[in-house]
Amino acid sequence: MHAIVTVIGHDRVGIIAGICVALAGINVNVLDISQTILGGMFTMVMLVDIAEASVPFTDIAAVLDKEGERLGMTIRIQREDIFNAMHRI
Amino acid sequence: MIDLQEIFETQHMIDREHLDIRTITMGISLRDCADGDPKRAVQKIYDKITRCAERLVPVGEDIEREMGIPIVNKRISVTPMALIADASDTEDYVPFAEAMDRAAETCGVNFIGGYSALVQKGFTRGDRLLIRSIPEALAVTKYVCSSVNVASTRAGINMDAVRLMGEIVKAAAERTADQGGLGCAKLVVFSNAVEDNPFMAGAFHGVGEAECVINVGVSGPGVVCHALKDVRGEAIDVVAETVKKTAFKVTRMGQLIAREASNRLGVPFGIVDLSLAPTPAQGDSVARILEEMGLERCGTHGTTAALALLNDAVKKGGVMASSQVGGLSGAFIPVSEDEGMIAAAQAGTLTIDKLEAMTCVCSVGLDMIAVPGNTPAETISAIIADEAAIGMINNKTTAVRIIPAPGKQVGDMVEMGGLLGSAPVMPVHTESSAEFIRRGGRIPAPLNSLKN
Repeated sequence: MHAIVTVIGHDRVGIIAGICVALAGINVNVLDISQTILGGMFTMVMLVDIAEASVPFTDIAAVLDKEGERLGMTIRIQREDIFNAMHRI
Repeated sequence: MIDLQEIFETQHMIDREHLDIRTITMGISLRDCADGDPKRAVQKIYDKITRCAERLVPVGEDIEREMGIPIVNKRISVTPMALIADASDTEDYVPFAEAMDRAAETCGVNFIGGYSALVQKGFTRGDRLLIRSIPEALAVTKYVCSSVNVASTRAGINMDAVRLMGEIVKAAAERTADQGGLGCAKLVVFSNAVEDNPFMAGAFHGVGEAECVINVGVSGPGVVCHALKDVRGEAIDVVAETVKKTAFKVTRMGQLIAREASNRLGVPFGIVDLSLAPTPAQGDSVARILEEMGLERCGTHGTTAALALLNDAVKKGGVMASSQVGGLSGAFIPVSEDEGMIAAAQAGTLTIDKLEAMTCVCSVGLDMIAVPGNTPAETISAIIADEAAIGMINNKTTAVRIIPAPGKQVGDMVEMGGLLGSAPVMPVHTESSAEFIRRGGRIPAPLNSLKN
């Protein structure tokens, strides 16, 4: 099952590293990363596979929340289905 | 992968434009709960509802978290209770409403609909008993919603029922006078009621429906309004196209959530109701969409045309986005639940007469309108008759949810709280309709040809 992780905040050292380590810790595989600076804000979108995750969805969101707090970033995870439903026929 | 812009567009709609799923409503048939012994019937009703809907709220919350879109309400609709209670040897129907209420509380839903009777052509004993009990049932319960269908295109208008409902609406207001007449906010009088409506207060699970189904109601006035800001000054057909595209996106959310809920609950998917349902929040108003099209204030000349376009474009966009469409499907115009409508009514631009005209071209009818507490029952009945006639002749659903607010005068506000909002008390015509209403009888079903 795929999900989209979005990360927004002020750029700093170790954002991608921190998030990837957090995700690896719960066996979430990163499939794709797209990153840019939008209006001075670090903006990243990750496509991840949560099918083999070692914890349920709510806990994945909690792990990312905690990491977001540490990094001072807003991190959010949503199933990919919602975006596919809205933007793909 | 979905591109960045698309992801942020979806998130922006949710965060800033109030995109949400308005309701997941589980329809449950209670036809197997009828029993000669009213105590046993009540127990069967409670048991069946709680058994079927046990997982509705937790599953809804899980989906909400995983998809990242709010599902504002989780609700239940049941078979019109008059059909079930009719079998029981009792004259007191309030315990049936109390059983629904307890079941709703146990399941954790916001509302339960179906304390209803279908009397478009005539009454059974149970229909009369149920209707008479509505004011008390709505006063002693918290979650129960009631509806009565008094007319249809095929049957005509039951004017005895119309007359009775005027009295019942008044009694419901008086019985809940300490809460501003809140009982009336949970009572809808229909013409051509639909059997799969997921929206309250008019939801019930029709007799042609399956044992248990999941119906979903979408929303999104804020998203449509925002999209129209980008096409200011362009021709009106561009407006229609923009509404259509936006409605498509909004409805796709509904379809996704409905499928997901249906799979997880092991209950068949019924329909998605393509509706623009406003809330009292800023930026979630249908009136503001009409104003964005170029009207200085909702209710002025041109409002009916703008609403007709909006309603039609929402359906055209939504139909392609969902495999099964049903319910009320259209724009709602509940005055108290729409910040722009409230403002327009307070300014005096939006009147009941104009709202009546608007109901000819959009979903439902005169919805959440407060009128002075001293409005005669016959006047309420006459308002119901007018709406029923619009529904009957135009082959569409219309409804009246009106609050004769006890002790309130024109210009006062009635606070309903939460999604029900607050309603400015609007003037009604003071000339009497009493002689017309007292006649009773039936308005015959209309011709369906020679249309002019």
